This record gives sequence, C-alpha cells and structure tokens, in this order.
Amino acid sequence: MTQLPTTTNRKMGLVIDLDTCVGCHACVISCKGWNTENYGAPLSDQDPYGSDPSGTFLNRVHSFEVQPEQGTAQLTHFPKSCLHCEDAPCVTVCPTGASYKRVEDGIVLVNESDCIGCGLCAWACPYGARELDLAAGVMKKCTLCVDRIYNETLPEEDRVPSCVRSCPSGARHFGDLGDANSDVSKLVADRGGFDLMPEMGTKPVNKYLPPRPKDQIEGEIDILAPLLAPVADTPGGFLGWLDTALGKLPGGSS
Amino acid sequence: MHPAPSVILFTTLSGLGFGLLFFLGLGLPDVTGMVAFVFFAIAFALAVGGLLASTFHLGHPERAIKAFSQWKTSWLSREGCCAVAALLVMGLYAIGAVFFDQSWRALGLLGALLSLATVFTTSMIYAQLKTIPRWNMALVPVLFLTLSLAGGALLAGQVNMATGLLVLAGLVQLAYWVQGDKALAKSGTTLATATGLGGGGTIRAFEPPHTGSNYLLREFVHVVGRKHSQKLRVIGFTLAFVLPVILLLLPFGHLLALIAVLSHLTGVISTRWLFFAEAEHVVGLYYGKR
Repeated sequence: MTQLPTTTNRKMGLVIDLDTCVGCHACVISCKGWNTENYGAPLSDQDPYGSDPSGTFLNRVHSFEVQPEQGTAQLTHFPKSCLHCEDAPCVTVCPTGASYKRVEDGIVLVNESDCIGCGLCAWACPYGARELDLAAGVMKKCTLCVDRIYNETLPEEDRVPSCVRSCPSGARHFGDLGDANSDVSKLVADRGGFDLMPEMGTKPVNKYLPPRPKDQIEGEIDILAPLLAPVADTPGGFLGWLDTALGKLPGGSS
Repeated sequence: MHPAPSVILFTTLSGLGFGLLFFLGLGLPDVTGMVAFVFFAIAFALAVGGLLASTFHLGHPERAIKAFSQWKTSWLSREGCCAVAALLVMGLYAIGAVFFDQSWRALGLLGALLSLATVFTTSMIYAQLKTIPRWNMALVPVLFLTLSLAGGALLAGQVNMATGLLVLAGLVQLAYWVQGDKALAKSGTTLATATGLGGGGTIRAFEPPHTGSNYLLREFVHVVGRKHSQKLRVIGFTLAFVLPVILLLLPFGHLLALIAVLSHLTGVISTRWLFFAEAEHVVGLYYGKR
C-alpha cells in the first residue's frame, strides 16, 4: 500500500561523509554492478558504446565548488542516492501500490511487477533518486542492497550496501539511524550531520556530514621557511635587463 | 519539465471533453435523439481519447488496471477512478437521452459533478508536487477547472456563459503566470539547501556526475522552448481567450463557433505546452540548471 507507515521499527540508512569522499565513483560502479547482476530488472544502458551514451544509475556523484569570500575555493564531491525518507513523497503518489516503505527497516522499495512506469514518483522526489529504466520500463531506485544486508550466504563483512563495501576512503557508513546509540547516529551527532532540502518536509533518513574547514595557514608557511633563500620580487641580471628593455617599448604591458 | 506530447494532449482534450460532459449533464443544452448523439460522441471522443493518449507515456500500459487501487493516497489513482465513474454515469445518461428521449436529471447532475471532479483530480496530480514550485499552487486547480468549464461551455454552445468563463479563465491564466514566475524563488529551495554546502560562500555545480545525459535531465530539465516562452504566452493567450471572445461577441453562426472552438483548442494546447516546458523541477539545481 502507498500509505506510509506512521513509524518504522528501524531506520536503516546511509551516512555520507563529504569531508572524506574523494570522488572516485567506485560506489557508483559497484552499485551499478550489484544491482544489474542481482535483484530486479538490470540497470540498462542506452547506446553505451555510441556517440550519446546514457544509462540508469541508482547512485551518482556530483562535484560542487564553494568559493568563500576570502581564501581559496573548496571542492566537495557529493554522492547522491535515495535517502529513504520517513515522509517519502514518492510512495504516496504511486497509483498502483508498487512503491512502498517497509515497516521493519524503513527501506523504500519498488515492486517492479506492479510498476506501470508512469514516472510520477520520480517527479515527486526532490533528490533525483529515482530513474525510469528505459529497457525495462519500470522505476529503479536504491534498495539499500536489501539483497545483501540480510543475506546469510554472504560473509558477514559483505552484509552492507555495495557502495559502502566498495568505498576506499571510508566516506560511507551504514546503520540504524533510528537507534540513538548506533555508530551512525553517534557519528551524525558528533559531526553535525544534516538533511538535504529540509524545507521539502521529506524527513530523509540518510544524513550528510559537512566538509571540515580547511587548515588555516597563519604567519609563516613553514618553520624552516626563514632559512630558505628569499625569492626575488624583482628580477636581476639578464632577466632584469630584458624586463626593463621590454617595458620601455611602446605598447604597454599585459 | 519535459513537455510530453501524450500528456499535453491528454490534459487538454480530456479537460475539454469533461467540461462538455459537465454542461450536458446539467442539461445545457437539454438535447435528445440524434442531436444528443452528436454532442455525446464529441464529448466521449475527447474525454476517452485524452485518457487513451495518457497511457502512451507509460512504461507498462498493460498494467494500467492496477492504477485504480491506491485512491487513498494517490491523486493519479483518484483521477483514474473519477474518470471511469464519470464516463459510466454520463454513458448511462447519454443512453437515456439518445435512445429513450429522456433526461434523467439526477443521473446527469451526478455525472456533471464527477466530470468536474475528474478535472480537479487531474490538476491535483501537478499541484501536489512540492518539487515543482511553479505547479505547487492553489491556482493550478483553479486554472484547470476554469479552462475546462470555458471550453465545455464553448462546445456546448452556451454563448453567454462561454464568454464570461473565457474572460475568467484568461484572468486566471495571467495570474498563474505572474505568480508562477516567482514560485521557485519563493519556495526557498536553492543549491545551498539542496547540498547543505555554501555556508559563508557561493556554491556552484562544478562537475556533473557523468559526461552524457540521463533520465533526470531529459525528464526534468527542459530548456529548449523556454527562450521563446514570452512569445508563446502571447500567441497562446490570444488563441485561447482573446480570439474566441471576439468571435462569440459577433452575431452567432456555426462557422464562427467552429473557428472559436479550434482557436481555443490550439491556444490551450500551446499554453499547456508552456505549463510543462516552463516548470522547473528542483532536481535541476544539483546540475546547476533549472
């Protein structure tokens, strides 16, 4: 049913550390791999080797640049997938009941055999987390690797979402965000984890950890710096002569 | 938003068809026999044709029957239920009018109400979406309802009512444009709220996640037609409202009425195209687009 549960027993989700993500896209590739080879319709590509390739992905990494008023710009790599919202607008708009939120763990899923591919859930999602697969004609979204996390045929260390398992920089964490004592909840509390687009009222379960401020260089660059030979501001010798000579020519300097 | 031809045709034609059914249900005009047959044939062709067109953009149209199940939460499901109910009730009413020379008034009133309810539920599919600030306004259902009523009155040959409703719908259309142009800024959603970044600085989308296009960009970021939107607004407004009103004020004739209907239809299709093409989905912010 597309009525959202009033509460869920657990709130399984991801915590994504924007400070440590290096933007390698390993999570994108491992997600595409796992979710193509396993549960549900494969994530298809259109014209993959041609001039206009595109395809279905459940996880994409953006890069944003923040330019402070003073100092250098900071680049932040920004992985984005389904946030498994508590008040998921994508679920309630579904006309067939294909979209649902699970009571036991809060995961938002699509029952692909009920999906008519109308696309309205993707319209309702502010995060771009749902993509209609053009080959299968059904809506695809992050399942939080529901076929991994409870899968007892896998070694225990693999029972986390594929993106979390593959992240080489430890920027992705998986756990129960409904439990205040879980590792992920403590991480969110320590680091000031935040919601994306809180004004939309979707109450996302996934949280993002802000990038730490860059180190501030105050005074000397290095304690050894005073011992180094000073860098000349004005050139001498041949370069000095050239600078003066060229400066006297008409035409100004660039 | 991507202006899908099937959805534009569906909302325009079915809006017009259900508008005509509304007036026929009220007995305006109170027709029977062959005349009733022609009126009902036009109304059903528009309403049913529109509904069929809407299934063209589905990934799995063969499962469309499942869409009637979630009326408790889904406006799309409610629309399906209302449309079928309206068509069934008005179908019975039409049988009475065409074959038995009867105007079953209670049935007609119920059908008229259901027809309006169908147009309202259609409009709520768009108006409910917080993700598209330009649609997330009370004016959207008002616009769809007044357009449907104006078009219905025009088709039903209710000259005075059509004139008044066209003027009203034109005013609502202008108000929708004025309010809609401010909607995205008013919503408060920016790249800064979308990413949680940018405190104490300016943020910009530096690099997209992929070199090619994707479903999200194709579906939600439509920029091609926006540069002509002001011209299209003038053309659409003139065809949908100004020309039909002028034609209705001239001495009545069937040819003038036909031109008024065609002009109105073309105008509504172009304003409906703009309704989609101009609508900005907030997901575009992540891509530095709108």
